[in-house]
Amino acid sequence: MNPTLSPNPLTDLNTLLQFPFMVNALEAGTIVAVTASVIGWYMVLRRQAFAGHTLSVMAFPGATGAALIGLPTSLGYYLACGAAALAMGRTSIPRSRSRVGETAAIGTVQTVGLAAGFLFLSLNHQVLGGPETLLFGTFLGINTGQVSALLVVALVTLAAVAIVARPLLISSIDPEAARARGVPVVLLDGIFLLLLGLAVAATSQITGALLVFALLVAPPAAAQRMTLRPGPGLVLSIALALGIVWIGLAAAYFSPYPPGFYMTSLGFALYLVVSLTRRARR
Amino acid sequence: MTAIRISGAGVRLGGRTILSDIDLEIGAGELTAVLGPNGAGKSTLMRAILGLVPLAAGSIEVLGRSPVAARRRIGYLPQRQTLQRSLPIRGIDLVRLGLDGTRWGLPIPLTARARARRHAEAERALQAIEVVGATSYAERPFGEVSGGEQQRLLIAQALVGDPEILILDEPLDGLDLPSQAALAALLRSVCDRRGMTALLVAHDVNPLLGYLDRAVYLGGGHALAGTVDEVITAPKLSALYGAPIDVLRSADGRLVVVGAPEAPHHHGGRHGTP
Repeated sequence: MNPTLSPNPLTDLNTLLQFPFMVNALEAGTIVAVTASVIGWYMVLRRQAFAGHTLSVMAFPGATGAALIGLPTSLGYYLACGAAALAMGRTSIPRSRSRVGETAAIGTVQTVGLAAGFLFLSLNHQVLGGPETLLFGTFLGINTGQVSALLVVALVTLAAVAIVARPLLISSIDPEAARARGVPVVLLDGIFLLLLGLAVAATSQITGALLVFALLVAPPAAAQRMTLRPGPGLVLSIALALGIVWIGLAAAYFSPYPPGFYMTSLGFALYLVVSLTRRARR
Repeated sequence: MTAIRISGAGVRLGGRTILSDIDLEIGAGELTAVLGPNGAGKSTLMRAILGLVPLAAGSIEVLGRSPVAARRRIGYLPQRQTLQRSLPIRGIDLVRLGLDGTRWGLPIPLTARARARRHAEAERALQAIEVVGATSYAERPFGEVSGGEQQRLLIAQALVGDPEILILDEPLDGLDLPSQAALAALLRSVCDRRGMTALLVAHDVNPLLGYLDRAVYLGGGHALAGTVDEVITAPKLSALYGAPIDVLRSADGRLVVVGAPEAPHHHGGRHGTP
């Protein structure tokens, strides 16, 4: 299943789009790229990458646990990430003014999650694709039902971000001043974690649980190094994530290696180039 | 006219009494410094005026209303360590958030009226930046300008909503002496021009001498209020602490408070000396 690359890009595009599974993968990838890069932009600004990483680790027990009791894996992703986000929001609320206690609580949750995922996997040997697929992603076997579910989750997440966009921005930058202005900072912290959970669950289905950061961190972090303006920064973040997904999926299709590898490498290369050029300009 | 009226106010946090029996009246248009050693409850008093910490006793009235109801008419600059100093954002965007940061929905103007409003808001942000003298570096990354420049931008953010009261928590902290003097003069002129009431927490009264209408001195959980010369005297401070305190005055008029006990949990004794 390794079609060769032709000199004509249009022919290649046709080759890509002739299989429904590839169309599904591209649709799902596009949806996921937009969601992850927007939520990721706020996550990088809020310095909550560790929380994001933990949520992505929670996707693993979610998927294996769901498979164990016979539920669809994608439902497992959403339930596990959503529940972990709520739990993390709860533990961080009393200390929300300083994020000191948060990392310890999150670290604890993370280890338990990973261990539980491994347990579920050993209890059930028929998980499709094995742990590699769940951890490092696939573009095979994404059906139209999953794409529709991704679209619904993405629209809900993006609509929520659109509503809280500015209060979330000011409470991410200066929580104390935001509180004094009457912004419900604690509530926004909780809402953001939940949105992050949903975005991670969606992204995991393409990139795998461990490579979520290729879309969640690399494009926003690069965008924030390229422009300081919030609006253009978000747009740029989306554009970079789309580029990573499309190129990654196409490259995976024409080669024997999985898309997660390409997306992660592209994200890393992008971040490296942006950081180096920025340092050189100083 | 009274802008802030505090009667018999007390605050307990985590089982400890931070403030008790505080009685204060701050007149409209006055520039007041809130002084006292570390851990005296200066920030807590500011947070109580903003309705961010509950009162254990007494009451606080701001502009004739409850602190929470008056919040939107107060510009507030929290103590500086609460803000990440290397934010990937421009100063002008930060100032702008002081105006529309609390608004829900996307800032995409669809009607002519919305466009006009956004335009007017951009103007106001530029004006506030001009008032604090930050025009030349407002477009630069916030994390790359100096401490004094950051402080001016943050004051512009607190000013941009045209507040009736400005509360600044340690705005002079960490600035060099010329910047402290310039900022004190700036605050005085803003108060005079806008008829604004300003309350600023300070460690050291000396950079502010000559600009203040009044001083509030916190110590041992209680407060003294009056002009600087009335409040910072040996008998008054000795009575406040219940221990002998000396106030020394240098040849150039600087005040040094000697012997004030520090609260148990603070770090470093920077009080009093310039």
